[in-house]
Amino acid sequence: MDSALIPHGVQRCPLSKFALAVAVVGAVLLWGVYAMLLVWIKGLNQTNMNNYYGFALWIWADLTIIALGGGAFFTGFLRYIVGIKELKNIINYAVLIGFICYSSALLILGIDVGQPLRGWFIFWHANVHSMLTEVAFCLTCYFGVLTIEYLPLILENRQIDRVPFFHNLGHAMHEIMAVFAATGAFLSFFHQGSLGGVSGALFARPFGFREGIFVWPWTFFLFTWSAAACGPCFTLLITRITEKITGKKLVKENVVRLLAKIAGWMLATYIAAKIVDTLYWAMVTAPSKGFDVMFFYTGNSFYGIWILILEILVCGVVPAALLITPKWRENDTLLTTAFILAVLGVCINRWVMILQMLAIPVLPFEGWALYIPSWQEVATTILPIAYGVILIMISYRYLPVFPQEVELNPVKE
Amino acid sequence: MLPFSFEWIWDGGHLLFHGALWFALNVIGIGMTYCIGKAVYDTLKAKGSRHH
Repeated sequence: MDSALIPHGVQRCPLSKFALAVAVVGAVLLWGVYAMLLVWIKGLNQTNMNNYYGFALWIWADLTIIALGGGAFFTGFLRYIVGIKELKNIINYAVLIGFICYSSALLILGIDVGQPLRGWFIFWHANVHSMLTEVAFCLTCYFGVLTIEYLPLILENRQIDRVPFFHNLGHAMHEIMAVFAATGAFLSFFHQGSLGGVSGALFARPFGFREGIFVWPWTFFLFTWSAAACGPCFTLLITRITEKITGKKLVKENVVRLLAKIAGWMLATYIAAKIVDTLYWAMVTAPSKGFDVMFFYTGNSFYGIWILILEILVCGVVPAALLITPKWRENDTLLTTAFILAVLGVCINRWVMILQMLAIPVLPFEGWALYIPSWQEVATTILPIAYGVILIMISYRYLPVFPQEVELNPVKE
Repeated sequence: MLPFSFEWIWDGGHLLFHGALWFALNVIGIGMTYCIGKAVYDTLKAKGSRHH
């Protein structure tokens, strides 16, 4: 029925099966939309946020998906600025995933601010002393860049491409894509960094506070670095999942392993810097503020030293070793394990830098303040995942997302 | 925020933040204007050559 819209030379499942799958994920999406409407209509009392947790599950989700969406800017940087040609075979998917991540981040922020109609205040009545202002500027501009990067892919749809203007527009955009990619890399560098800079600048919270250079705490650089390392791992992990679900090889192994190798070296250097940063913080920064480092990991029922070991060793050192060692990288199971661990690592890092930091008492008469999100917060956090799955399904079905798919999966007549 | 807004102050913070914002928006805007303009030009040119 919709065969006229499906790219040439590829095979897709029947429309009924596709529609059923969209309906199932759509039900989850509607659950999230219902929770979102509750928050917008009734207000932030629908959440379990309080005076301890002004930043909560949504901000963790925001920072995490922005880091995971970093695959778009870093892959774009490698493809268009560094000029690694092989990556043209995965850049479309990286852009699509980045587009989903950043639109989701903006959606979550739209829910989190409680009064989205005043969202424009941050641009017009900007507080130029806030790192979050820079984040808002860069995030919005970069979402514009991602939309521009995603648009040529939409224009390549079989029916749209038949319209001469759209065909020419797609070509013109491809011609100067390097300019957009460079702008995206510039914007990403700053907003990824500033998100880390927020916790690093909080001198009243010694768990997050870090020294740095000029106005930038070390967390500024670590956040950008980790996004550049783990973002491509997320892109590759989603590619693996898509291949599993569709039962097809979509990207050649040399492309996957090349990006995995680059991500591996980024992760290895990041984790080395993170270890140095953690040691300096534990031995110099925290004691200078009157804290023994174990204070941050004891006296509560959840946050123990295990979380530090999990983040740095299990989800940092291990995947980095797996990705940079050629023999291990050649093994499919180990490679996928490395992707999962790297993604998990950046999720834990963002959790620790937001939620653990807020849980730790800062006054002598305070105890640990633990937090469990309300179902509305959980539903609105799952909402972008459902939206992302649907957008991937539609894009995969109707757009030539994977340039190597036809070659790797010849259709039998 | 633009320099003619009453909240504007001529200091480094405003110049840096808003300068970078307007720079990025200009690159995006000029880039897209170029693409649309070129697409219109190419489309009209192809139409014209078909008529001949």
